[in-house]
Amino acid sequence: MRGRRRQVLFAALLTVPALSAGAESFKAPEARAEMFGDADHGAGIWDECAGCHEIGPGAGNRVGPPLTGLFGRRAGNIDGFSYSKSMARMGADGLTWDWRTLDAYVENPKALVSGTRMAYGGLKDPQDRADLIAFLRRYSDGPEDIREAPPTARVREVDLPDSVLGLEGDPAWGEYLASECQTCHQRDGSDQGIPSITPWPEEDFVIAMHAYKQKLRPHPVMQMMAGRLSDEEIAALAAYFASLEE
Amino acid sequence: MQINRRLFLGGAAAGAAVLQAPMVLGQGKPRVVVIGGGAGGATCARYIAKDSDGAIEVVLIEPSEVYYTCFFSNLYLGGFRDFDSLAHRYDKLAGDYGITVVRDRAAGVDRAARTVATEGGESFGYDRLVIAPGIDFKDGSVPGWTPDDAEVMPHAYKAGPQTALLKAQIEAMPEGGVFAMIAPPNPYRCPPGPYERISMVAHLLSQKNPTAKILIVDPKDKFSKQGLFEEGWQKHYSGMITRIGPDMGGTDFEVRPGTMEVVIDGEAEKVDVCNVIPAQMAGTIAAAAGVTDGDWAPVSPADMRSRIDEAVFVLGDASAPGDMPKSGFSANSQAKVAAMVIRAELTGSAVFPAKYSNTCWSLIAPDDGVKVGASYEPTDEKIASVESFISQTGEDADLRKATYEESLGWYAGITADIFG
Repeated sequence: MRGRRRQVLFAALLTVPALSAGAESFKAPEARAEMFGDADHGAGIWDECAGCHEIGPGAGNRVGPPLTGLFGRRAGNIDGFSYSKSMARMGADGLTWDWRTLDAYVENPKALVSGTRMAYGGLKDPQDRADLIAFLRRYSDGPEDIREAPPTARVREVDLPDSVLGLEGDPAWGEYLASECQTCHQRDGSDQGIPSITPWPEEDFVIAMHAYKQKLRPHPVMQMMAGRLSDEEIAALAAYFASLEE
Repeated sequence: MQINRRLFLGGAAAGAAVLQAPMVLGQGKPRVVVIGGGAGGATCARYIAKDSDGAIEVVLIEPSEVYYTCFFSNLYLGGFRDFDSLAHRYDKLAGDYGITVVRDRAAGVDRAARTVATEGGESFGYDRLVIAPGIDFKDGSVPGWTPDDAEVMPHAYKAGPQTALLKAQIEAMPEGGVFAMIAPPNPYRCPPGPYERISMVAHLLSQKNPTAKILIVDPKDKFSKQGLFEEGWQKHYSGMITRIGPDMGGTDFEVRPGTMEVVIDGEAEKVDVCNVIPAQMAGTIAAAAGVTDGDWAPVSPADMRSRIDEAVFVLGDASAPGDMPKSGFSANSQAKVAAMVIRAELTGSAVFPAKYSNTCWSLIAPDDGVKVGASYEPTDEKIASVESFISQTGEDADLRKATYEESLGWYAGITADIFG
């Protein structure tokens, strides 16, 4: 297996000269996330909702509450709208609208909120739901302006290319990944406000990163950073940090 | 394993040898020209030079000898840092990394000929161009104000003498005077920046001029970390700060630098200091290079390459990268992705999946720090947010203190990452 990977990489390198002519044949890094859905297609599905709901600037209460700014909002939270007891209780219990909760609600409203007044049978096709919710997401805060705004995309489960996997535990890959760590953790091991991470025994490093990834260790920045690292990436980082001299 | 490894390395060397011949300029080393020595440009220059080990010539064009970071400049206004602590020079980039630092302003880009002309009359050919000029201000966005008025009503939104001027004006305010801020519309550099500034001005005034008032004229409905700032203002500076949002006339205003007045919804208010933060656009060289669409430069989410010219990369505030906010952290993060890709294109080094992130700390009062952050992944459409977090209201004092101390560590870390 390992040998095959190396050969694939070897073959890839021999084709490199074509790349140098310019960007035409250069293969950019693969996109590892996808938008929640196709909002333009979702706009068509929205027509079904528009009989009861308004969305956009100035939207107000109609048969249903306005759906502007829906993402990140507590359920049952619009002033002046008369919610079912069931929806009000779910909001008080902490139900917040995000990608996951909306997906469940739109699929089968009564499965999530038993006594909801929304007279809608549900949207069964997962792609249609994704497209509709992507349309709704357009009318909530944009993360470029309100940084804490909910995400607009989800990470795709992609198989890393063989050329990358072949470098497992390789400090060169780790060095690239480490550039993200070194925005805060200094390469020279300075330790002020943010702990030093160099050098760090490989095994300890791997255990620590997995503890952040599983949110056992509490720091939110580190949970976010480690949460997106694959096992192979953690291994490569560990190899790199272990290779640094104090 | 060992044999395979050697085979692999041998292959890489052979590949590299074949590479030399058809290099874009044909002769000698490939050259990358970087316009702008801030968080995006200087990071990108440093990483290309550092990781290519001399195989790529890097030219950094930056007019200032000393760069003052916009991030943490609010802490200077609040009295938590001295002015010199914001200053960074380019001597390590030149001395330790072999970057040619050209102290001049880029005047134009000929994308067909792949050359950059400077105001000083020099011309630099490039194989890849990185444009990272930060922001400029949009004419006429604040009625009554032009850039010529910045000596009277400072913007202090490009750090340096403007920041020092604003601080001097605040310190000279009469007892019980009024500090006004015209906050910018979206999108702009550093979304929580104006509100951290308000916190720092309030802190300074609460020490030296506790009966002074602060007035924010804001064209936006809401702003980043709003709940955290408002909680902090109530707790630390109760009664000092008034924010006039769009519902109260925050979109209908003009300023009169001659008489130091701010006119809101038709009513003139006399103020002692007026910090005007205008609407923003990409630094003008981006438009001059023809890589903007509207106010900003569209880029490919996978690698920050211009959507208009594939030999050009645009980083940081000047770009329109999707969900990433305009910040020094974002620019630094984007720069490392671009550096990795540029190096791969020019020398055949490995390409890895892009990683983008942003974390931003704000100080509300002494030892009361908060933070917000997100991670981003490229999608086919844009760089999209996939996870975010924010400090919570009501956090205990120890956590807020630790968050502030963390921000000091971050400043030391990122400035070392940018300037060497």
